[in-house]
Amino acid sequence: MGLERAFADEPAFVPYLAAGDPNYEASLEYVEALARGGADVIELGLPFSEPIAEGKTIQNAIVRSLEAGMTPDRFFEFVTDLDVDVPLVCMTYYNLIYQYGTGDGPRPFVEKAAEVGIEGLVVPDLPAEEAGPLRRACDEFGLDLVFIVAPTTTGDRLERMLEQVSGYVYVQARLGVTGAREDVDDATEESLARLSDWDVPKAVGFGIKTGDHAERIVSAGADGVIVGSALVDIVAEGHENRDSVEEVADRLEAKARELKEGALRGASERPQPERT
Amino acid sequence: MSTDDAHDPKFGEYGGQYVPEALMPAIEELEDAYERYVLENEDGFMDEFRQRLADFGGRPTPLQYADQLSARYDTDVYLKREDLLHGGAHKLNNALGQVLLAKYMGKERIIAETGAGQHGTATAMAAAHLDMPCEIYMGETDIARQRPNVFRMRINGSEVNPVTVGRGTLKEAISETMRDWATTVENTHYVIGSVVGPHPFPKMVRDFQAVISEEAREQAIEKTGGLPDAVLACAGGGSNTMGAFAHFVDDTDVDLYAVEAGGSSLQVDEEEGVAPNSATLSTGDEGVLHGARTKLLQDSDGQIMESHSVSAGLDYAGVGPELAHLVDEDRVIPVNIDDDAALEAFHRLSQDEGIIPALETAHAFGYLEEHHDEVGDTVVVNVSGRGDKDLETVIEETSKRDLDIAPDMSIFKRVGGGGL
Ligand SMILES: Cc1ncc(COP(=O)(O)O)c(C=O)c1O
Repeated sequence: MGLERAFADEPAFVPYLAAGDPNYEASLEYVEALARGGADVIELGLPFSEPIAEGKTIQNAIVRSLEAGMTPDRFFEFVTDLDVDVPLVCMTYYNLIYQYGTGDGPRPFVEKAAEVGIEGLVVPDLPAEEAGPLRRACDEFGLDLVFIVAPTTTGDRLERMLEQVSGYVYVQARLGVTGAREDVDDATEESLARLSDWDVPKAVGFGIKTGDHAERIVSAGADGVIVGSALVDIVAEGHENRDSVEEVADRLEAKARELKEGALRGASERPQPERT
Repeated sequence: MSTDDAHDPKFGEYGGQYVPEALMPAIEELEDAYERYVLENEDGFMDEFRQRLADFGGRPTPLQYADQLSARYDTDVYLKREDLLHGGAHKLNNALGQVLLAKYMGKERIIAETGAGQHGTATAMAAAHLDMPCEIYMGETDIARQRPNVFRMRINGSEVNPVTVGRGTLKEAISETMRDWATTVENTHYVIGSVVGPHPFPKMVRDFQAVISEEAREQAIEKTGGLPDAVLACAGGGSNTMGAFAHFVDDTDVDLYAVEAGGSSLQVDEEEGVAPNSATLSTGDEGVLHGARTKLLQDSDGQIMESHSVSAGLDYAGVGPELAHLVDEDRVIPVNIDDDAALEAFHRLSQDEGIIPALETAHAFGYLEEHHDEVGDTVVVNVSGRGDKDLETVIEETSKRDLDIAPDMSIFKRVGGGGL
């Protein structure tokens, strides 16, 4: 049983942080705080120099992490050093996966990821068309490969993608890049409706900022909520204000709790659970 | 023309479509439009394109015999004068093609990235000409060093959005334009400025630029009774390069030289993630950037390096996937010329032929100066653009160096200009 298990009993809260932001040690604390706050899966960003799917908030996190010395090998150490009992997913761009080890394919990266205990990958610049080699490596080493379903994904594209996906689908709540928003986009509900027949957990991300957003999205049928920028904002603010690591970790834990509780409220408002 | 299959997203191992899912439907729509309008001339698209290139763009451009350079090198040197195309560079061939295509596709808004500002200018002109709103993304560093083009874009009615991340050059501008496109994809077309990006861009941009070699090949036969021994073109992303090569690729006796920017050095600084050059074809290795698998300047982890060149248009860590493939196939010869030699060549062409070339273009002439003995008896050099946009940079960079060929620059001191 792969990452699906994290969505089995109740709606999952899936936070994202860029590993190593603003530095290795603090980042370990922050990720552990998210686990304490109720994370069911944690997406860890391995920073790439050209993050084309990322908005300003996460771009800046990536810069901070890279400047503090993050590399793929450090990232794997980071995962090993983490003391959390939550499934981990690595979110990164294809070139880092492709170059790792021999520099000519995804297999060494996936092998190493499996070895340190990563259970899944999300690769925003890898559409289903180009995913063959990575899909095979993930199958070989037992990792889930999570695909992003965009508001523009319909028809044949959706079918093709859902044939390849495992773990959960990442439902992109709105067009554009990552970044916390003040509202919930109607596109979210439309995307969830398109996916309603598919028997794979649906986690919605892009723009979710508050417990109320999480509530609304789960009540609309999502099996989980993915929250990145709203958490990275807390890290960034703490870094700018030179707040202590404990203070920032406490804020992250509280925010995580707010989001998880919102998701739970959303589930209780649903007429009946759609998955058994 | 190249013998590839229009439907195949790859050139050997290179190319492909490495983009966020949100963009894939738009890319599929573009593939369809490319095949119908560009390849099959549906609704007379190509006829209208050709007509507008002639009337608005000023095509065909001449193939001019270069008297002084020919005498200097004892080689017949012909200049393909893309600098005479409207806007002052080859860029309009592609920009006009894509803006027109966007119209045929029913898109309502144009976005583009630019490095040297030539592609941004060409796109702004094409958008004004075809009545489309247009926004251009340009890195801060490039805004500072290519000011005249920033004014031209604004004067043509385009918005110019400065990009402040990283070094603020072409790489960052492309990333930022892709982010805009991921947000606005439903009504917006991204006019990519070179033979880079996801399929079908590399093929489509090449096809729009191929008019350069279509004309040059005929003109060469007309003027010399045969084919040249070599074609030289500078290469950043490689659009003037592929345009100048496309109709010669099957003429295997014609040597094709892609002249990249050697910058200040070919050594890289892994620690800092800086390659003080843009010699991607000669020194890069395979990876995935901006939608395509191609040759890249990257560190051993796969992080993209900051490139450098005195010329903004060549200052890019990637290169078109078809060029990478043609280099691996030994069909295209990758060479490079450093900043100093490019500046000298800039002054030489200006003084000897009365043509002020773009700094990008000057790299091709720098190669001719150093290797004229090796390139054969008849060569065509693609004059990809004119150098008006570069004058401030040239004044500044020349004053830092001791170049024999440079004119006396003291006049700038006397009138207090140029920040010298
Ligand atoms: C005059 C000129 N030549 C060459 C280039 C490099 O682009 P490409 O390699 O796509 O031809 C540029 C880019 O801005 C340019 O302005």
